[in-house]
Amino acid sequence: MVLKWEWVPQLAEGLPLTLQITFTCIAIGIVLGVLLALARVYGNRPLRWLCSAYIQFFRGTPLLVQLFIVYFGLPNWGIRLSAFWSAVLALGLNTAAYQAEYFRGAIQAVRGGQMLAARSLGMSLPQAIRLIILPQAFRLVLPSWSNEFILMLKYSTIVFTIALLDLMGKGQRLASRNFMRFEVFIVVAFFYLGLVFVVTQILHLIERRVRIPGLGAPGEPV
Amino acid sequence: MNTLLRVEDIHKRYGSEEVLKGVSFEMLKGETKVVIGPSGTGKSTLLRCINRLTPADRGRVWLEDEEITHTRTNINKIRAQIGFVFQSFNLFAHLTALGNVRIAPMKVRGMKKIVATDLAMNVLERVGLADKADAYPAELSGGQQQRVSIARALAMSPKLILFDEPTSALDPELIGEVLEVMTALASEGMTMLVVTHEMGFARAVADEIIFMEHGVVVEHGSPTQMFTNPKHLRTGEFLNKISELYGETT
Repeated sequence: MVLKWEWVPQLAEGLPLTLQITFTCIAIGIVLGVLLALARVYGNRPLRWLCSAYIQFFRGTPLLVQLFIVYFGLPNWGIRLSAFWSAVLALGLNTAAYQAEYFRGAIQAVRGGQMLAARSLGMSLPQAIRLIILPQAFRLVLPSWSNEFILMLKYSTIVFTIALLDLMGKGQRLASRNFMRFEVFIVVAFFYLGLVFVVTQILHLIERRVRIPGLGAPGEPV
Repeated sequence: MNTLLRVEDIHKRYGSEEVLKGVSFEMLKGETKVVIGPSGTGKSTLLRCINRLTPADRGRVWLEDEEITHTRTNINKIRAQIGFVFQSFNLFAHLTALGNVRIAPMKVRGMKKIVATDLAMNVLERVGLADKADAYPAELSGGQQQRVSIARALAMSPKLILFDEPTSALDPELIGEVLEVMTALASEGMTMLVVTHEMGFARAVADEIIFMEHGVVVEHGSPTQMFTNPKHLRTGEFLNKISELYGETT
């Protein structure tokens, strides 16, 4: 097996796009995911149903199909997005559905008495959610939510199918030029492994930083 | 004397069970009333109906001239004037003792952080926990947590504090410190409505005892009258039994 050093800078050219897509999607996912989760927990029946339907759709259909609907399908309706924004939209809407479920679980895991106490002091429902429920839910969600971040990093590889030159796209192009597919994709794999490692470390650090005695730590009463 | 709280004919039903079947009473400013009665007779529900944490099915409640139960009343404004102390403390788990006490003055009353911090430290001092200001709830004993939760209520300068079995979740040796704080509050003129099984506290501190059973007020009167000369047979039976069970601390 021959691995060539010159591949590394060539593949690395795809890194910024991979990171841009991943981080933008995760950001969209957090905002939309929290809103969906709040609507599912505190919303009225029609709103809850609507959000469930959204989550059901995006979790129940393949990500690649969703991407193709946005990139190849929407232009038929006169909505033409660049490849980058198609990728961000499809992946962002998709991860939002998964994140919504994580956030919902965490919001519901905050003890009921917390909301009662907040309201008894005269806080409005939005105040109680913002000041009391979410700060606790975010801490509770971190460990499981980290999975979603890592998955998104890896799922972003599918954007090469719409001709985006992310890390995977660069790899694909390189491999089809020199025919050393096995070797090239091994290097690509190690790139992702390195990314996931760094992201995992950062998330662990954040987890430790925001940790509060007795809140969500295993073995201690929550 | 002026009436601070008026409760009129409160009814509450959970499914087929009617928990409150028309409860009425009044509280004067500065008064301490203790509600006693067997478990499941609607005492806690009654407290929650007063500040509408649980909506009553029927009946009305007034805080001074304002009808709390009126649908157009801004309930958040009312609740800010009525302290509530829970059996399970319900301190905000992600905030320190200081954070717990100052958050409502800041966010509900709009107080500046520095002013709210001063106020919170004063109140923590009053319940003897100024040195625990930076501790998180999980780092405090049950008795300390309950004192912080009393401080949290006090920081809003409430007109009235509702206590829902404040010592029932505590180890016996921690009950005293909480009752001490409550006794001090009563003597300083705080208006308090207390659901409790602590007969010693009731006897020593209450201006009036309300005995409830099966969703109605069976009897009410001064501690002396209730303990020595109850009008109803059930009152006497209950008081004897509960005094045997819990002893008379304080």
